[in-house]
Amino acid sequence: MRITQGCFSYLPDLTDAQIARQVDYCLAQDWSVGLEFTDDPHPRNTYWEMWGHPMFDLADPKGVMIELADARKAHPNSYIRLVASDSTRGFETLRMSFIVHRPQIEPTIKMIRQEVRGRTVNVSFEVVPA
Amino acid sequence: MTQAAPAPEWTHDAGAQTFDLRAEYESSGVGEVVAGLEHDLIGLAPVKQRIRDIATLLVVERARGALGLSAEPPTLHMSFTGNPGTGKTTVAMRMAEILHKLGYVRRGHMVAVTRDDLVGQYIGHTAPKTKEVLKKAMGGVLFIDEAYYLYRPENERDYGQEAIEILLQVMENNRDDIVVILAGYAGRMDTFFASNPGFRSRIAHHIDFPDYCDAELGEIADKLLAEQNYRFDDEARIVMARYVTARRQQPHFANARSIRNALDRARLRQAARLFGDANGIVTAEDLSTIRAADLAGSRVLTGNGEIA
Repeated sequence: MRITQGCFSYLPDLTDAQIARQVDYCLAQDWSVGLEFTDDPHPRNTYWEMWGHPMFDLADPKGVMIELADARKAHPNSYIRLVASDSTRGFETLRMSFIVHRPQIEPTIKMIRQEVRGRTVNVSFEVVPA
Repeated sequence: MTQAAPAPEWTHDAGAQTFDLRAEYESSGVGEVVAGLEHDLIGLAPVKQRIRDIATLLVVERARGALGLSAEPPTLHMSFTGNPGTGKTTVAMRMAEILHKLGYVRRGHMVAVTRDDLVGQYIGHTAPKTKEVLKKAMGGVLFIDEAYYLYRPENERDYGQEAIEILLQVMENNRDDIVVILAGYAGRMDTFFASNPGFRSRIAHHIDFPDYCDAELGEIADKLLAEQNYRFDDEARIVMARYVTARRQQPHFANARSIRNALDRARLRQAARLFGDANGIVTAEDLSTIRAADLAGSRVLTGNGEIA
């Protein structure tokens, strides 16, 4: 099942050239760019593992693309996303986040309905590994 | 032979038949940078000649690319050798600008580093550090000052070797992303290249920076002062010439840098003199003139104490 979260997730996966263009935009806004990965794409899993530090002071997207290639090699079966943060307010505000790598076969997310007291239904989601 | 093909004056299309080198030279702005180099930097004739040669080579290379003749991007890594204060960093910045204008680097920024920025303190520290610097320099020029410190043969467990290996790999694989310029004293760079043949073969241009002669250093002093709205009076200029000759004989002479430091100290003495003078009323003329006394106070000329 194709997971959709962050920007561009209803579009076909971005090519490397397209990712580089997006990074280019982020750098032009003075945002720092970082990579994060996870094997648990549950919508409530907000904090993914960081792939190294966020990259500050880059001039060119190539630096990010090198890291992305390394991250893909190390975690071919994880989700990898690119996050861009803005420090204008004195702390890093997330400005952009999109998935740049998906596992070959994606897990599915199942919705579980649980009937509790009265006719109340609790809805929860569960990631079912592929 | 009367084909009515509309001959384009010059274009960058793959199908173009002709390429106007002069127009390219001017329109890319390289001509301007090279002219600026001629104008702004005093002396350094052989260096300027080499930069001009490289600039024209790059324009020709662009033409070849436009007409579909060259496949490989040219190797642009350079080594700048010369004594301290001979303008290596300044020229490297101009070089970054030239390369950017011709589209050989995407950004044209320059990242200047030394051994400390590349080599770590403990095992596993060097590779991330070097990569961090390389990422920052991507799309521009990486200037490694005193590059020979990277290699320390006396310590076989030195982490410098690790940084060298990463550098070599990037210099080879990312030739269209980054240009590396190594700089340092000529003699020590030769030893460095001798023990790291990988570097020598990956560097296309070796440029040697000659020392400045006394007259050139005098001109540099004038220029440095003019940039800060100061000037010598006639007597001071004569003392400055004496200073240059005397300073050269002393240890740690660093060409233009020594001159800059001497001028900074002369400004200190000028300030003290202006303050010490009778009534404390000064004119713009007073404030911007360096007199002979301001220079003559230097330990280089009085001959006592240590020099900085």
